[in-house]
Amino acid sequence: MRATGLLRAGGLLYARDLKLAFRRWEQLTQPVVFFLMVTTLFPLALSPELSQLRQVAAGVVWVAALLSALLALEFMFRSDYEDGTLEQLVLSGQPLWWLSLVKACAHWTVSGLPLVLISPLVAASLSVPAHAQWTVIASLALGTGILSFLGAVGAALTLGVRRGSVLLSLLVLPLTMPALIFGARAVDMAIMGDSPRGPLLLLSAMLILSVSLGPFATSAGLKVSME
Amino acid sequence: MDALHPEGLSARGIHVWRGDRHVLRNVAIDVLQGEVVHVSGPNGTGKTTLLRVLAGLLPAEQGTVGWRGKPLDGQRDEFNAEFVYVGHENALKGDLTAFENLHYSVGIRRHLSVAEIESTLDLLGILRCRDLPARVLSAGQRRRLAMSRVLLLGASLWVLDEPFTNLDVAGVALISSLIGEHAGRGGMAVLAAHQGLNIPGLQARVSELN
Repeated sequence: MRATGLLRAGGLLYARDLKLAFRRWEQLTQPVVFFLMVTTLFPLALSPELSQLRQVAAGVVWVAALLSALLALEFMFRSDYEDGTLEQLVLSGQPLWWLSLVKACAHWTVSGLPLVLISPLVAASLSVPAHAQWTVIASLALGTGILSFLGAVGAALTLGVRRGSVLLSLLVLPLTMPALIFGARAVDMAIMGDSPRGPLLLLSAMLILSVSLGPFATSAGLKVSME
Repeated sequence: MDALHPEGLSARGIHVWRGDRHVLRNVAIDVLQGEVVHVSGPNGTGKTTLLRVLAGLLPAEQGTVGWRGKPLDGQRDEFNAEFVYVGHENALKGDLTAFENLHYSVGIRRHLSVAEIESTLDLLGILRCRDLPARVLSAGQRRRLAMSRVLLLGASLWVLDEPFTNLDVAGVALISSLIGEHAGRGGMAVLAAHQGLNIPGLQARVSELN
């Protein structure tokens, strides 16, 4: 009997989570629909004046993306916790930090990536000029990544709490404020025609930090929630 | 019965509180090779709590759990590789088929082939449910599916919480004989159950909680 290696175990878990997400696609589409709804409401509520929209575009895109990604966060471990598969993962003999990392990646793929893919459309509807589109995509890719990895810590900690979603937002939102500030700033600078390099690099640093430390905190949180 | 037993799983002086309730008071238990230990007792006496402590899912406030004579804490990975736990929940994904459930949950621990999965499903009498999502299976079939995971993992220690719930008469006999065969090969099993055990060719040691 041959034990499964790290990479293969990770691949299996990732494939399982993706398959489960696609079999429950209504959960998959929820953040995207929310993102689209919020961003289309703004031009209606503020004014259809393009120059005015352009001024708030960066903030609107970022706040909407952050809140939509937050919506999906609660489900990262919830179903695994309820049906007992999380216990089996904890006891699988594979390092839990690795499994947490894989689960956060899978979560980003199904909840963060769709937002990134649809963001050019949203940005265009808020009259973000074409030359700033790449900055929107890059900053959101980094930002949703940060949220998935930081959020995993919060999701793990609030698993055992009844109706933990409010607590989860309270825990995670303050931690994502730096990402929001620099992300929106990057988009703003790109719209003005400046180089968004600085804030994007800071965002990348935050992503690296949350990817490298987040999984360890997540696995500690999961163990506590198991008790 | 003070020192940890040099072989198998042993626990000494286990105390667990849940809130203000002192659920486990100074519990000691040994599970040795070729042995089946039946943890019995009325509802709410801490059978599940004890099994979760033994599985390492719940830290005991006092006392030690040992594996092969050494405390569990220092050798979690070795222990995890040699044991399997089935809790109240079957740990099945309703949206995955019976086959996929085993493919992912067992595959994460060891390499296994399609033929192995199919022959185990056949042994437990649920081969015709191979491609059905687990959520449409009956409660008894789901319990059998959870037991197929136990068999496929090939672990030496089985920790089973109420393995007979929802099973029909034939299912209870089947699982009992599987547990018996496992013990016959030198394996160990701890199980919590309300009813008496009837394992062919083996007398389970009863550990009563009250």
